[in-house]
Amino acid sequence: MTYFNAFIFCGLVCLIGQIILDNTKLTPGHITTIFVVIGAFLDVFNIYDKFVLWAGGGALVPITSFGHLLIHGAMDTVNNFGVMGLFMGMFDLTSSGIVAAIVFSFILSLIFQPRD
Amino acid sequence: MERKDYQKIVNKYTPNESRLMNAFIAFIIGGFMGVLGNFLVDFYSYYFDLSTKDASVFMIITLVFLGCLFTSLGFFDKWVNFAKCGLIIPITGFAHAMMSAALEYRKEGLVTGIGSNMFKLAGSVIIFGVVSAYIFGLLRLLVMGG
Repeated sequence: MTYFNAFIFCGLVCLIGQIILDNTKLTPGHITTIFVVIGAFLDVFNIYDKFVLWAGGGALVPITSFGHLLIHGAMDTVNNFGVMGLFMGMFDLTSSGIVAAIVFSFILSLIFQPRD
Repeated sequence: MERKDYQKIVNKYTPNESRLMNAFIAFIIGGFMGVLGNFLVDFYSYYFDLSTKDASVFMIITLVFLGCLFTSLGFFDKWVNFAKCGLIIPITGFAHAMMSAALEYRKEGLVTGIGSNMFKLAGSVIIFGVVSAYIFGLLRLLVMGG
């Protein structure tokens, strides 16, 4: 059942993105940025956590989960350190994705030639 | 030439893609990306005996790796042209943006090329993500107390 929910959730997020892309003059860069901000916003009232429970890994695949993980990491340290914790834990959960993207892109760009 | 005539000619040569078809393809491809993500979480948590949280980190790394590899091999661009938001919205789009920037600026050198341009496309996601997460986090701290 989680697989079906994952299909519906991730598909709907992509569908909304595609509708915005087709009907406005925004570029894909604008859309991914908007979706990250929406993901962070939905986590203010713990709404995104419910999506993660409902759709499992399907809710963690879209870029909205990036904003969700940013604010989650920050909130974990806020519980221990107060306002200063906002600066400390922001990248705790997302660092894996960013580091992986940097390392793989760097190494692979040394190996492969660009082709058009 | 009158502006109206010019607009007519432009409209004539703008590729006329069906929006409904695009939306349908994005829904299907995006849905399958979600299923793949959920499958990887289940797979890692079952075979490596990890908690769901750790398994989802492994899943994100796997998808980023696949996005980078397929972009550098050259055929991910064609898939993105076909599926559009179905592949841009998932985390593979982030990897694709970084990988294509790194490949494009590689000929300008390691430091001035790859080093300073890698975040050219994907940087806005991180900047706006961090700034909005900071503001919303502050809001949540003030309203709900953490």
